[in-house]
Amino acid sequence: MKQFIIFVQKEFYHIFRDRKSLLIIIFMPIVQIILFGFALTNEIKDSDIAILDNAKDGASGEIIRRLDASRYFNAARYLHTQGEIETAFKTGKIRLVVVFQPGFRAALLHNNHAQLQLIADATDPNTATTITNYAASIVRDYQSDLNLLVQTPYLITPQIRMLYNPQLKGAYNFVPGVMAMILILISAMMTSVAIVREKEINTMEVLLVSPLKPFLFILSKAIPYMFLSLVNVTTILIVSVSLLEVPIKGSLLLLMAEALLFITTSVSLGLLISNVTNSQQTALMISLMGLLLPTLLLGGFMFPIESMPRPLQVVSNLVPSKWFFIIVKNVMIKGLGFKMVWKETLILFGMALFFLAVSITKFKTRLA
Amino acid sequence: MNAVTVAHIVKKYGSKKAPVHALDDISLDVSKGELFGVIGPDGAGKTSLFRILTTLLLADSGDATVDGFDVVKQYKAIRNRVGYMPGKFSLYQDLSVEENLRFFATIFNTSIAANYELIKDIYIQIEPFKDRRAGKLSGGMKQKLALCCALIHRPSVLFLDEPTTGVDAVSRKEFWEMLKALKQQGISILVSTPYMDEAALCDRVALMQSGKIMSIDSPRNIIKKFTKTMWSVRSAEMYRLLNDLQQYSNTEKCYAFGEFHHLVLKNNGVERDEIMSYLQYLSHREIELQVALPNIEDCFIELMSSTGK
Repeated sequence: MKQFIIFVQKEFYHIFRDRKSLLIIIFMPIVQIILFGFALTNEIKDSDIAILDNAKDGASGEIIRRLDASRYFNAARYLHTQGEIETAFKTGKIRLVVVFQPGFRAALLHNNHAQLQLIADATDPNTATTITNYAASIVRDYQSDLNLLVQTPYLITPQIRMLYNPQLKGAYNFVPGVMAMILILISAMMTSVAIVREKEINTMEVLLVSPLKPFLFILSKAIPYMFLSLVNVTTILIVSVSLLEVPIKGSLLLLMAEALLFITTSVSLGLLISNVTNSQQTALMISLMGLLLPTLLLGGFMFPIESMPRPLQVVSNLVPSKWFFIIVKNVMIKGLGFKMVWKETLILFGMALFFLAVSITKFKTRLA
Repeated sequence: MNAVTVAHIVKKYGSKKAPVHALDDISLDVSKGELFGVIGPDGAGKTSLFRILTTLLLADSGDATVDGFDVVKQYKAIRNRVGYMPGKFSLYQDLSVEENLRFFATIFNTSIAANYELIKDIYIQIEPFKDRRAGKLSGGMKQKLALCCALIHRPSVLFLDEPTTGVDAVSRKEFWEMLKALKQQGISILVSTPYMDEAALCDRVALMQSGKIMSIDSPRNIIKKFTKTMWSVRSAEMYRLLNDLQQYSNTEKCYAFGEFHHLVLKNNGVERDEIMSYLQYLSHREIELQVALPNIEDCFIELMSSTGK
């Protein structure tokens, strides 16, 4: 027991005395959450649009007012001729141009049919589609307000409800994603580097020629990083709840327990990596390429797994982050209980057990 | 019972087709309480031998015991009772002197207080710096701390792999005095070194070269076996002197040795005058020529050429 305590203490000395790394470990999650929350967002917010109003009547004025008032758009420029449209896009600031036909209101009232053109900058196709959809729906809103008094004989009105995330906030998706990413990065990478460092500075030789049991060695290496990762989970949750207004709908206890399970899985992956490498550089590379990349690409948080080709979908099952991502989404965002995530939990548990067993049995009690 | 026995140990590295013999049929015994030196240049196989004895490597064939325990089957028992200081001092650079020592003491299930007597003479020299990080110590102090860490659990056999490499001359001298003091405590010590002058400080030495042991004996006996007369020569032009002496028909070998050249002749009967006249004929000036006592390095060079052929 004394051996274990002093070893863990020593690991904490390593962590706390390496100030730069400690700062990175503590602040990386916060910076990432803030980056994803405010800068790297794919939500449309305050996009600059330009208006070419050839009608200048009450109807066009009202639509422009509504567009400008919405939180998606900002009527930044008013154009006067058709030729200016091209120039407006070329400045790069304008993402959408709304063109009203001359006599817009008259056409609407007398012919029951008026035309309005939405021209979007489609160099980024996803954004262009989203923007035009938003603009079109604002126009539709106006139209249905006009029709309030008129009875149309046949009418289907889709009632759309965005469940669990009515405001369509991106944060609901990336908070679980960033959590999975940070945890696998800190837990696996740091653990593997910490063990490989002992090999690099030769202390491993002395530790091997000592009564210290491999199991105890592995455990004392893992505990400090598990603790740090729990600290990270807490900061991520605090930042998401307070700054990004993402609520924790489900049980906090369950969420923390699941996080601890995922941390254990990641740490055992780190142990596995440290078994097969002899330099910190290699351990770092393997962690980045072998863990971070699959987490980003196949974790389901950047790219939906359902729309991937079949083989990739199968491969994604091997990525622990995928299961953790599902669990966090279900527990944190949807507020579901353990009954709904036991399958994913069991898979993570199995993975953790497997990696841990392999890394303990494969632990090299000699140098070569 | 011997502290260490090694019988026909072979260790190969590299591919099966072109293996490199790091250790080629090595056998030796170290008695209890002996200070035993393994002397040889880099690449002689010293570290491989030490790693096999400290149970870190497996030999390809042969047997070895440490303190009566087999290095393969009973490796756990050995790990409980030996002290090991690897070639590069293994300390945690970001831990202080005291923290390093306490860590290694606890890992070996003991405490600094329990065995303080044993390390006192050494530790007292670094104690003023006990709060300093190990990374900020000088080479000599690091070496003392590493020795303390290897000793803290009162090992029965101590393995020191090139402990004096990269350490200044004064610290080296101090270090050997510490080893002598430890010997008095009944600890068997195996120490490897590439420095030939340190061989004379051991009870017995094994001279190693390319994975083979050329000779095992006390330093005195090894020197005694050197039966040829050895001359040390110097003149005003040392480089030309070396070339000329190597050309000399009677020369067996001649090599630079500090301020002198050491010269061994094929025929022991050759008189001093003959050499002098040869050199004078080649118009060397300020010639000094005297019979010198061979040391371990001369013996090593002699053994190298005789076993090498």
